[in-house]
Amino acid sequence: MPSAADYTASELLAVMSSRLLKDGQIVFAGVGIPLLAATLAQGLHCPGLTILFEGGVIGPVIEPGKLPPSTNEQRCTIRANMVLSSTDVLLLLQRGYVDVGFMGGAQIDQHGNLNSSFIGDPAHPKTRLPGTGGGNDIASLAHMIVAMKHEKRRFVESVDFVTSPGYLSGNTTRRDSGLPAGGMYRVVTDLGIFGFDGKTRRMNVVALHAGVTRDQVQDSTGFELVFNPNIETTQHPTAAELGFLRKLDPHRLYTA
Amino acid sequence: MSQSYLDLRRKLSGRDRSLHEKVVTLEEAAALVKDGESVGIGGSTLSRTPMAMIWALIRGRKKRLACSRGITSSEGDWLLGSGACEHIQTSWFSQGIVWGISKVMRHYVESGKVRFDEWSHMAMGMRYRAGAMGVPFLPMRSMLGSDVMKQRPEAREMDCPFTGDKLLLVPALNPDVALIHVQRCDAYGNAQIDGLQFLDIDLAMAATRVILTTERIVSNDQIRRAPDQTKIPFFAVEAVVEVPFGCAPHECSGINEPLFKHMDYYTSLVNKEPVKGMAEYLDRYVYGPKSWTDYLNLLGLDHLLEAARHGRSVSNA
Repeated sequence: MPSAADYTASELLAVMSSRLLKDGQIVFAGVGIPLLAATLAQGLHCPGLTILFEGGVIGPVIEPGKLPPSTNEQRCTIRANMVLSSTDVLLLLQRGYVDVGFMGGAQIDQHGNLNSSFIGDPAHPKTRLPGTGGGNDIASLAHMIVAMKHEKRRFVESVDFVTSPGYLSGNTTRRDSGLPAGGMYRVVTDLGIFGFDGKTRRMNVVALHAGVTRDQVQDSTGFELVFNPNIETTQHPTAAELGFLRKLDPHRLYTA
Repeated sequence: MSQSYLDLRRKLSGRDRSLHEKVVTLEEAAALVKDGESVGIGGSTLSRTPMAMIWALIRGRKKRLACSRGITSSEGDWLLGSGACEHIQTSWFSQGIVWGISKVMRHYVESGKVRFDEWSHMAMGMRYRAGAMGVPFLPMRSMLGSDVMKQRPEAREMDCPFTGDKLLLVPALNPDVALIHVQRCDAYGNAQIDGLQFLDIDLAMAATRVILTTERIVSNDQIRRAPDQTKIPFFAVEAVVEVPFGCAPHECSGINEPLFKHMDYYTSLVNKEPVKGMAEYLDRYVYGPKSWTDYLNLLGLDHLLEAARHGRSVSNA
């Protein structure tokens, strides 16, 4: 069994989030860790998992060493079951065909809202970020898994700008805003796995990775975390998982 | 913001919609786009971007273009950095995830020189679709509750008259002109697209007119042998330009993958110095070359053929 010294934080994120996927699911995946994790799950324990890409792809096969630079290139279409317009693949989310939306995050808050648009006041931003892409659509219409690095500046009490909605201000505010379906399911970081309280919709700790302490995770978070009564410890990535990932991404495009 | 329905119809009926030849040069096609027009750009991110056409518009010193695209990459940098575009509507704008955040986009947007209106990707798609359908809006269920919606007063929330569900109505987007690159079309503009279509079919039918660039012009007989492959009908098209490798340094499905080494060079140049670096790039690669072929020469035959080899072999799995 490998130990923490044997893998990178990105590899840990990919492995831990791939374990959350279940066979038979339809997964709308973003580029980077989500794409790797969904492909890893498909290869090791979910042969019947279907990947959708925003470019307009249903059920492709990602080839080792030929990772696409985004979800809009021809590499995304290799051995796909169907290509369709981007609008139509996004409408599958709205129709209700998608079990899991899966993406990375730059900044998240205690209610699972994600910001990829502005740092600072949107009227006079300190930094204009690239924007939502399909992130808002995925987060509005599906149950979400988000994979991201755990840093205090990324885990804030409230995001500067809600690009992709989690539970908005908590409690029933998501549903009340016209988003009755989906919502944040899990946030996977290099420190642990996080969920959301069924009532308050605040982020809580579901599991910590081996060797990570409660203090460490709280110190890396910009708001007070809720610790569940039974916090599990995750198992290290296995040699099989790491081997598969390294074959998939030999140039460490996404797992540096 | 939304245009009158009868005006939109009148603009179509004012054009010669017969089955006639419309092959022109890149320069002649650029002259068809007027300053201040709204321009819908086909493709997405690094794929099937009508680069040659955008290159020609910049050489034609266009001003005040209002651009829109599903997802915007380095062609957006070119449009901002050259002063051709003052307003862009899109869901995402950077060169590509692997190159970080575009400093060119940041420079022009943060200084207020250019307006970047952010919509979700599905909203961009539904706006073109409404435009293509000849209706003033379409309802959808995302963007609700988010700050993306709050930034867009043009979109309206409403309660569904049948179910009471909260919905977002997004306004139709009918650009004056759509720029779309395809793998093949005939001299009349019957266009066939291989691989991902992105938002292009809705964009073509929403726009008042379409300028096609194409890897190759085929005969009308070839089109008629497989009419089910035709994705854009001739009467929507105003002009056709044959431009091999017309998406470089971006990709064209089945033709070439992105020219990654050139993209690495370009992004490192402009992200270091967004104004000076871009001016240097435009001088050398856009204003400098005598022709698009000359631009391809600057990218390098080795690099182009390598990208073409990858582009053609992608489905050899």
